[in-house]
This record gives sequence, C-alpha cells and structure tokens, in this order.
Amino acid sequence: MSLLNIESLSVSYADEKVIDRLSFCVNTGESVGLVGESGSGKTQTALAILGLLPGNAKTAGSISFDGKELLGAPEQELNRIRARRISIVFQDPMLALNPYLRIGEQIGRILIAHGLCGGAEAKERVIEMLNAVGLPDPERQSRAYPHQLSGGMRQRAMIASALITKPDLLIADEPTTALDVTVQAQILELLNAIRKDTALLLITHDLGVVAGHCERMLVLERGRLIESGTTREVFGAPQHAHTKAMLEAAPRIRRGDIPSPVDGEVLLKADGVSVSYREAGHGQLHAVRDVDLTLKRGETLAIVGESGSGKSSLVRAILGLIPMRAGTVSFYGETLAKEAGARAAKTRRDLQMVFQDPVGSLNPQMSVVDIVREPLLVHEPLLTNAEGVQRVSEMLQQIGLNDVFLGRYPHELSGGQAQRVAIARALILKPKVLVCDEAVAALDGSVREQILDRLRALQASSGLSILFISHDLGVVRAISHRVLVMYLGRLAELADNESLFTRPQHPYTKALLDAVPVPDPNLPRKEYILSGEVPSILTPPSGCAFHPRCAYAVSRCARERPAALGTNSSVVACHRADELSL
Amino acid sequence: MVKYSLRRLLGAIPTLMVVVVLAFLLVHAAPGGPFDSERVLPEAIKENIDKYYHLDEPLPQQFFRYISNVVRGDFGPSYRYRDHTVTQLIAGSLPISMLLGSLAMLLAVVVGIAAGTVAALRQNSVVDRVVMAFAMTGISIPVFVIAPVLVLFLAVKLQWLPAGWSGSTGAARLLLPVISLALPQIAYIARLTRASMIDVLASPFIRTARAQGLGTYAVIRYHALKPAMLPIVSYMGPAIAGILTGSVVVEQIFGIPGVGQFFVTGALNRDYTLVLGIVIVYAVMIVTMNLIADLIYGVIDPRVRYR
Amino acid sequence: MITISTASNAIGRARVSRLISISGGILVAIAVIAIVVPWLSPNNYLDTDFDNILAAPGLAGAHLFGTDDLGRDLFVRTMMGIQVTLLVALVASFVSLVIGVLYGAIAGYVGGRVDAVMMRIVDTLYALPFIFIVILLMVVFERNFLLIFVAIGAINWLDMARIVRGQTLSLKEKEYVEAARLTGVSTPRIILRHIVPNLIGIVIVYVTLTIPQAILVESFLSFLGLGIQEPQTSLGALVDAGVNQKENAAWMLLIPGGLLALILMCFNFLGDGLRDLFDARQSP
Repeated sequence: MSLLNIESLSVSYADEKVIDRLSFCVNTGESVGLVGESGSGKTQTALAILGLLPGNAKTAGSISFDGKELLGAPEQELNRIRARRISIVFQDPMLALNPYLRIGEQIGRILIAHGLCGGAEAKERVIEMLNAVGLPDPERQSRAYPHQLSGGMRQRAMIASALITKPDLLIADEPTTALDVTVQAQILELLNAIRKDTALLLITHDLGVVAGHCERMLVLERGRLIESGTTREVFGAPQHAHTKAMLEAAPRIRRGDIPSPVDGEVLLKADGVSVSYREAGHGQLHAVRDVDLTLKRGETLAIVGESGSGKSSLVRAILGLIPMRAGTVSFYGETLAKEAGARAAKTRRDLQMVFQDPVGSLNPQMSVVDIVREPLLVHEPLLTNAEGVQRVSEMLQQIGLNDVFLGRYPHELSGGQAQRVAIARALILKPKVLVCDEAVAALDGSVREQILDRLRALQASSGLSILFISHDLGVVRAISHRVLVMYLGRLAELADNESLFTRPQHPYTKALLDAVPVPDPNLPRKEYILSGEVPSILTPPSGCAFHPRCAYAVSRCARERPAALGTNSSVVACHRADELSL
Repeated sequence: MVKYSLRRLLGAIPTLMVVVVLAFLLVHAAPGGPFDSERVLPEAIKENIDKYYHLDEPLPQQFFRYISNVVRGDFGPSYRYRDHTVTQLIAGSLPISMLLGSLAMLLAVVVGIAAGTVAALRQNSVVDRVVMAFAMTGISIPVFVIAPVLVLFLAVKLQWLPAGWSGSTGAARLLLPVISLALPQIAYIARLTRASMIDVLASPFIRTARAQGLGTYAVIRYHALKPAMLPIVSYMGPAIAGILTGSVVVEQIFGIPGVGQFFVTGALNRDYTLVLGIVIVYAVMIVTMNLIADLIYGVIDPRVRYR
Repeated sequence: MITISTASNAIGRARVSRLISISGGILVAIAVIAIVVPWLSPNNYLDTDFDNILAAPGLAGAHLFGTDDLGRDLFVRTMMGIQVTLLVALVASFVSLVIGVLYGAIAGYVGGRVDAVMMRIVDTLYALPFIFIVILLMVVFERNFLLIFVAIGAINWLDMARIVRGQTLSLKEKEYVEAARLTGVSTPRIILRHIVPNLIGIVIVYVTLTIPQAILVESFLSFLGLGIQEPQTSLGALVDAGVNQKENAAWMLLIPGGLLALILMCFNFLGDGLRDLFDARQSP
C-alpha cells in the first residue's frame, strides 16, 4: 500500500473547478515531482493534502494517508498528522517564517506542540537540526530573526522546521523559486541529501528540477492529471501534447539551435558606467562599477547575474532613468545626455524598455489602446485619432493580440497578454534598441516561448537590437548573441553565446552554468561545488568580489581586483583566466 | 534596543517644545490681559500687577522664565483663583482624573481586544455581526451624547447608579463616568483588533504554523497575537488623547472636580496660566504614552528595533 | 499565495454596496430635509412661543420636535443645527483635503531630504494634543466662526498628508511611470494621466472618513460653549442645552443627540464601505 493515496480528488471554488478528479499516489521514501504551469492546481493539491484549503473550497474524492482518510477529517486529527507525518516547505521563506519570532523559537514550538519533548531539549534538537541543514554557527542563528538571515539560509531554516519531526512525507512547494540560481542548486542538493527515507513530493514549474531530483513525475494541466510515469519515461516519450509543449519550452543551456553571432555596426556604446545610491546609515551603495558594453545593430546582448549584480541599475543608467555617477553612453557615435529628460526626442523614441512585472507596468486606469498610443501622442502629435488607433491595432496584431483587446483594462488581461501590451507600447515608435528587464521572468513556459518567438521575428524583420536582462540562463542561451555576466556590480565575463556556454572563462560563469537544472534525467547530476551566497552589495569582499566563494581562488584574489581584460568580443575579469581550464 | 530607545526619547523632545512654544505664544497673542473684564484699574495698580506677573518684560524673557519655572514644576500663579498656584490646582485635581482615565483605558484595552479577537475568529458569524454593529455605534456616538443618555436612563429613570459625583461615594460613582469614557475607545479598539487579527491570520506564516500542526489556541498565542497587537500599540497615544478629550466633557457632565473641569472653566474665564499649565500637562501625558507605545512596538517587532 | 475570487467575497461586496447606498441615501435625505423644510415651516429659529415652553414633541401640536426652555421651535432649530454641523464639517474637510493633498503630494513627488523633513514635521505634529490647542485657539480668538473651519481642517490634514505621500511615493516608482518618462511624456502629463487618477480613489475614501471626525470636533467645541454662539446653533450646542434639561425634557437631549449619532454613523459606514470597495479594486 502506498503512503499517500489520492483518489479522484476535486477542489472547486464557487463554480470554478481548480482540481478535477485527480488521482495519484506516493510510496514510502520515493521522490515524486508534481509539475505544471501557474493555475494548474499544484499548490491547491498540496494544501488539500494538509487540510489547509480556505473555508470556501468545496472538495470531493479521497486523500488517504497511511490508511487514514484526510479529506474532511477533524482539525484535531489533522494536527496529529501535520508536521509529525506530513511536512511542507513553502515557496518564499521570507513570508512563510514568522518575522516576529526567533528562528529557534518557531522551530522548537513544533516539537513542544506535538509533545515530542520539553523546552530545553527542544532548544538542543533545533540547534542540531540547524547544523544538519548547513546553517553556520547554528547556536547563534537559532536566536536570529528571519529578516537577519539571507534568502538561502532562511530556506534552510524552513527545511529544518519541516524535517525536525522526521515526517514520512515532505511536500516542497516551489522551494527554490524565490532564490538565486546558485543557491537553488544548494537547496535542492540539501533536500535530497537530508530527507533520507522521508518521501518527497516536489512541486515545481521547472522541468529541470524534476529531471534531476525525482524518480517519478506527474504533470498537471488546469487541474487535471495529464501524464504520469517515471521521470525517464515522461522525458523520453511524452504522451500528452501539453507535456510535449512544456518539454519543448523548457530552457536548455545545451542546445544546438542558438543564434549565430551578428556583425553589424555598433549602435549603442557604454563606457565606464558606475551607479551608486545613498543608503540611509550605510553611506554609498555602489550598485554598478565601471562597466563597458557595446550593442550592435540587430544583436541581442544578454546581461546575466544574480540578485545584487547591478544588471537592472546598469540598463536604467544607460537609458537615463537613474543618474550615472561616472561613465558615458553614446548612440550612433553621439554622446547622450545623462538624464532621459535632457535627451533629444529622436534618441528617446529609439531607446525603449519592457519591464518585469507585466501588470505593474500598465496604468490600471488606462485602456489598452490609450496605453499603447501614449508614445505616439508625444512623438507624432499630428496623427489623427483614427490613424493613431489604426497604428495601435497593427502593432497589437504584430505582437499577437487582436482588436478585441483595444478597449480592455489591465486587470482584464492575463500576465502574457499584459506583457504583450507592454511590448507593443515599447515598439510602437519603431525603436532601434529595446531593453527587456526580466521581461519574461514572470511568465509560464509556453507563454514565454511565444513571446520570445515574437521578439526574434521582430528582430529578423526590422533589425531591432535588444538588451536582454535575465537570471534565466536557458532563456539567455536561446535568444542572445552575446552574453555579459555581472557579479556584485562588476563585469565578470563577456563572450559570445557559444563560447560562454561551452568554454566559460570565469569561475563564476562556470558555477552559474553548473547550477542550472538540466531538463534531462539521463544526464548525470553534476557535483555542485559553489558554496555560500552572494554577499551584500553594501559590504563587497576585497579584491575579486567572487574570491570567498571561488574554488580556484589564490591569495592574490583577495588582495587585488582583477582587471577586465580581453578583446572586443571576449572579456574576462579573473587573475587566473589564462591558466584555468574550466 | 538601547539605541532605539534613546532615539525615540530624543524624538519626543521636539514635540514637547513645539507644544510649549505654541501654547505660550497663543496665550500671549491673546487680545487683552487677564483682568480686562473687571473694572478699570488705575494705571499704577495695573503696572504693579503687570510687574507681579512679569508681564512688563519682553516676550523671550517671559518665555524663558516660564520654561525654567515649568521644568521645576512651577506653572505660576492662577489669574483667577487668586489664592492658588496653577501647580496646586493641577496637583489637587490630577489624581481623580488619572484614576478615571486609567480605569477607562484599562477597560477599553481589555474589552476592546477581547471583543475584536472573538469577532475576528468568528468572522461573518452572528457574534461578529453583533460586535461590529456595537462597535460602529460606539464610534458614532460622541461621549457628550452617550454620557448624559446613560445618566438619564440608568441614574434618573432606573435609579440604579448615582447621577453625579457629589452626594455619593465609593466605586458606584465611578462606574458611569468610566463607562462613558471607555465606550468609544472600546469600540475603536475592537474594530482595530478585528481588522488586524484578520489581516495577520491571513498571512502566509500563519498557514505555516497551521501546517506544523499547531492548534488554534497555539497558533494565536504563539504566532498571531504579537503582530496583531501592533496596530493597537500604535493606537495607545491617540487613545490617551481621546480619553483626555472625553474627560473634559465627562467631568463636566458628572460634576467631577478633575483637571478637565478646571480646563473648561479656565478656558471660559480666560485663566491663561491655568489653561497653559494644563495643556502642557496633557501634552506630557500624550507624548509619554506615545513614547511607551513606540518602545513596546520595538519590543514586539524586531525589524523596527534593528533598523 | 493564490487569489481566487470567492462566493463570500462576492456576497461581501454586494453587502458593502448596499451599505454605501443606504447610508449615502440617508445622508442626502437628511441634508435635503435640513435645508428645504425650514423654509416651509411656519416657525423660525428665533421665535419664542410663550404658550408652549418645553412642549413635548408630537404630530398634534405646531412643534414636531417640541420646544426648548425658551419656547423656541426645536424642529427648525435642529434642522439649522444640522445645516451648521454639515457645513462646518464639509468646509473643514475641504481645508484638510487641500492642505493634506498638497503637502503629501509635494513630499512624495519631490522625495529625498525635502520628504524627510516634511514627514518629520508631520510626525511631530501628530503627537500634539490638538484638541486642547484648538480650545486654546477658540478662547484666545473669541470663538471666531471662520476659525472653527481652519482649526478643524488643521487637525485633520495630517492623515491625508501621510496617505497621499505614501501613495505618491509608490506611484512614482511604478513601472508605467518609468515607461512614460522614458518615452518623453512631459511631467505635467505624467502627473495628470498617471499619478492623479490613481490617487483620487484613496483621497475620496479618506475625505469621507475625515468628515465624521470634523463633525465630532465641531460638536465637541459647541457642546463646551466654545463653538457656535447663541442664538445660532449646531447639533453640539443643542445637545448641551439638552443635557441641562434632560430630566424634564428628555427630547431636547435625545433628538439632536440621536441625529448627530445617525449622521456620524452614516458617514462612518460610507467611508468604511468605500474603503472596502477601493481595497478590493487595488487587489483583485
């Protein structure tokens, strides 16, 4: 008999069915991946198992755990199962941990609430557990509040709280989505290493995560189970069209069809760009230091980095949205004013931007037609009303939206539709350069693919140049011609797509590549060597900022900052770039 | 925490300074002196009076004299009650006002938090509806309406409780004034508690606590109570201000010889030194309460403390 | 977190809209009656009817709400009290609206040191015992009618300033404002098209919540005899008169007191309801 047995589970709200006759089981000790895009019912399933669905949810079917029926069981009975037998790790540890309680207190409380031990012993066991999940100085950290820990450490604490009772089943709901990619790899490693004979139900949208960490997998689409089997089977021979599409869309960094380098004239050139902010109580925060870049006509330059790398600040400074402390930006060989407001109208229409949050980047009070038309009102005031609407309609058509959307308001759009509108607004003036700041990060795989396709098509037809900021190396691999890697505000490496992904020169680039989960269960999982997390930008390490985490660091790395050296097409900032073969 | 407390303490000083300066200037900008309403005095006597009250000195000098006296607890002579200093008047009336105020505050906090929590836990139930209807009524009926209405029904018509202060003794005569003072605050705190509790209970870390198998009591006691109390802690300053304001009318209606009573008669009689003294005392109380609230806030919320 | 629009939310929203229309309706009705009916009444607020001193209310006599201890018609006086109370509250709220929005918008939009200094001032003022300073003001400046508006407005602008400032700060950082700046949309147009429309909702909500506070302050002052002066009257002054006569003419207390509570309650419901609707729209 399986540990967890779900039979024909349905969950609905009012007349909306979010889970539809779902059946699956989890056996003792195994790891099962539950995969689906947003809205597919993954999290609802997790909450249903633990009896945590909101009060207005209607349920049907059966969830039996170790022979006991959980669906509709009284709260007291569930409380004997929760944590003791089934634990859960939520997506964002910043939100999931109580900010008003010390880490040790909230984990210890679980032991006490279940009568497993008294206060003094609980304290000891918490420290032991924190040590086991890799928190340095667990004694001190157990007295810390969640906000005093880094993102990765918080998620480790969350895992400690879930496993301290040695449950039979651990549900991990997108446990690494809120984390940086190098930290994600560490957390996944930890989860697998520490759970021992606890079964794992890993909920994720990332097929790479499933491929590396689950024996079996289940694919959900709009509340229905559309595919299940061992991970190898599903990856090897997907049956359902949606699974195939998802696999197709899964970002892969080892793929064949990558954009070949372009050789156009240099459109945009940035030299020695530095950005700093005044941070209350900390003095100057140097977000970007001395970064050079060039962008050619028809080229996509990707800027890659984890949190605090300064990639957003860099492009915002180039666009003149935030002040540059030092450096110059030239466009068609002409030096631009530092402030967007002081730049010529011609330049302003040539440099446009698409933002990460599709909904936040549209004014909720304006209709789609007004949003997309606004740039025209500024730059082509002579256009008649009808001509303006006509232009908007054509633009929307190009980006894949029909005229029905003209009168809609942002709250009536899905994430993908909203992002298309934002792209239409940016492209309506036919700019030469489009800056995309994590523009597809908030979108599901298939929608993301469609939007990337549109961008590629536009680039092919109009010679558009794109500055593409992303933390997602799979997307970068698929769309960019050249890649710039940043670490703590400085350039680490710049190279063309193919060389960067196959022959990285900087140890950090290598670490980033190794951290990306590969959506292929047949490839052996790499030994992941990068330790620690990105330090605070407020107190960057001496010398090479990467040296405390670098496996190849020598004493010189701590003393001296490496210069960014190389040719126009390939630059690396590492003392040992020449001698290392990564 | 020490740094945080010190910063808060220093932050309270400008507020007090502003109050004192403002009140002082206002009183001295007043058209006419304190004795204008009486018969015309001979010039020499008037000069003498001015000298006695230091009214002949330039304003800054008067101000600093006043401030240095106030710091030593001397609010000067009352313009109206010739035989008393303002300090004596305030000292004589403050204890009864403090008693009333603290009882009302205690009642408001205890009943308000309890009612609000119950309503939040039984959201949209009959209990919730009743508590919220009561609270809405409570914040909508001014103290000066509810107090006489209570007197009319409970004291005059039903004769359950004494109507006034004089002529009765013991705890019974405290009951109506304290309830009248506390009612609007009970209502406000109940609404605040309910909203804040519902907010906190909907936050993700409560879901985590429930997923950890903690029962309702443990979830509230260990996870929800502290954060849910934050808005109520912040409200302590305004609550004291509300109770002080209310005490002005309540003391009037029940004929209680407290500070509020003196304040109103002082205001109507243009007894400037008395009014000025009382405003300063009130300001000190409100600022102190705000300071205490800030410190408690810091104890509860670690993110504030470490900033 | 998942957000699913739920049945109970829908019911809640319907209830909120019903509360808004009921309380709004009552307020409009009260205002219309208070303004129109005194014109039609045979009595006016000054006339004394010596045959009917302290007459009880009733449909039979000439005095619907009875008379006071001077034989003045309480219906007309109460209506006048409502007029004065509403007028003071509306004007005072308007004063606080103008000061609060301007102050908050400037602090929020300019930002930086200016913002820090402006908000420090607001924090300091917050801790002032305002009501007592207003009393002081009323005493010093001889119960000037105009001063009541200014004084009450000056108390209530602080909340508005804080809210508008917070909202402006967050709107300024919104990506659609950045996009507009990037395209070269002029600052006036950004303010007009992107900032103001997104501020209006919250401003309306808080004005509605400011009005009952203003009513409370005005009637409090009048109750103490520091507000509106005889023979003019307001609801607070009527309650004051009622308190003194409560044992032999309870209606003098209960009628104006009840109406005052009703008006306050309607404004509170209206403000609460609008805020709920607004919050719901902010987070769909």
